Amino acid sequence: MIVNQETIKTLAAQGKRLDGRGLHDYRQPLAIETGISWTAEGSSRVQIGETVVLAGVKLSLEKPYPDTADQGGIMINVELTPLSSPEYEPGPPGIKAIELARVTDRGIREAKAIDLQKLCITPGEKAWFVIIDIITLNDAGNLFDAASLAALAALRSAKFPYVDPKTGVIDYKKKTDVSLPLVKEPIAITVSKVNGSLLVDPTVEEEKVAEARLTVALDVKNVLSAMQKGGEGPLTAEEVGAMVDLAFEKAKTLREVLHKHIP
Amino acid sequence: MTYKSRLDGRKDNDLRPMEAKVGVIPNAEGSAWFKIGNTWAIAGVYGPREIFPRFLANPKKGVLRCYYTMMPFSGSGERIRPGTSRRAQEIAMVMKESLAPLVDLSAFPNSVVDVFVELPQTDAGTRCAAISAAAMALAHAGIPMKDMVSAVAVGRVDDRLVADLDYREEHIGEFNPDSHGAPVADTPIAMLHATKQLTLLQMDGELSKEMLLKLLKLGEEATEKVYQVQVKALKENYSSE
Repeated sequence: MIVNQETIKTLAAQGKRLDGRGLHDYRQPLAIETGISWTAEGSSRVQIGETVVLAGVKLSLEKPYPDTADQGGIMINVELTPLSSPEYEPGPPGIKAIELARVTDRGIREAKAIDLQKLCITPGEKAWFVIIDIITLNDAGNLFDAASLAALAALRSAKFPYVDPKTGVIDYKKKTDVSLPLVKEPIAITVSKVNGSLLVDPTVEEEKVAEARLTVALDVKNVLSAMQKGGEGPLTAEEVGAMVDLAFEKAKTLREVLHKHIP
Repeated sequence: MTYKSRLDGRKDNDLRPMEAKVGVIPNAEGSAWFKIGNTWAIAGVYGPREIFPRFLANPKKGVLRCYYTMMPFSGSGERIRPGTSRRAQEIAMVMKESLAPLVDLSAFPNSVVDVFVELPQTDAGTRCAAISAAAMALAHAGIPMKDMVSAVAVGRVDDRLVADLDYREEHIGEFNPDSHGAPVADTPIAMLHATKQLTLLQMDGELSKEMLLKLLKLGEEATEKVYQVQVKALKENYSSE
């Protein structure tokens, strides 16, 4: 492990990687599948190399928050399951899961990707709330990008459940053909700095030696909706600029993959 | 009898379509998933590894631990809040007791073998799918095993004895108007392949002793079908390497 860490750093300075990829290459397979869970209103499975995450959307009718009485709501939760890595333990989410959930949430929420007003049924009384659960099946690195892509794919595939017009009760077993009011598609790209070099789609080993990482969520027009710098290493403004440029380029690639798998 | 033929057209001893795959989680020592109808269980095995907290260690043999989790979106109704429930804890306990007779952990004192099961979607029979997946994952992890275990539910729907009840059969009154108030019994079982002994036996509903004994006979036939699927998936994993 330590030998690998030194090697990863040396290689990164030469523009190379332990697994032979270029610094700006995503691992293969890069695959997105939807409709993996019949019980969810929308669901997806995203694979980037050996990293696999599942996402599921559940919808419920709730009373809107008092300060946004004419809007529904969204919530994103991440479970780093002990099934997916020897490093995760059963129990309530730790800080890694919380950060991942919050950054993924901000990317979608701040982009106003879902028109929350359209989720409102009766202002102050009843609105749809969207909960996205992201579950790791195998953590081989780069959960930020995988989680964001999975959330987006699950949202894209989601259909409202049937609501009895008389009683107002949801019949979760019957789905309508109405999709969520998804008006933007923010994609998160994480750029890591390893020994001064910038790279994307890190493996777990690369994540461990990275000095810093920057996650950027952006829509099709390259408008940023969330950022999160991670790691103890500092970044210069020039580096941040270069990282965002790289994120622009890679978001385009991931967006194409998303649309290819879910037209 | 009000339940004249099964809602999904199966014969009484038919199981729902099954699918199994081994080696689905690269990080785990052993892994497998098992699908039966719309129920899907994914199992991962880690260990033998050091056990924490330490006081759980057994100096004579390794400890087997099981965890059962339904993903928040895997229920047929509202979202399930993450975090353990009484139901999940009980299922984890009976899973452990179903699997313990299989494995020989005497070579791993003071260690633990952890079995984690997650379900992305469910439609009854989750504990049985979890046990069937876990047994395959243990085999894939190379844990010394004395036998194989296969699990499936059998039960009665009105006076009909059937294998592998789905959600609608468990709640027949709601789905078959003629069967309103008809007795239902659901009996999940796990059976060791070589000795035909039961390592899981639960029941809820209404049942006579005569019916129970007939159900156990039906269960022997049903678990054998599960066993065939498990063995096929394990063989496929090794033949493709």
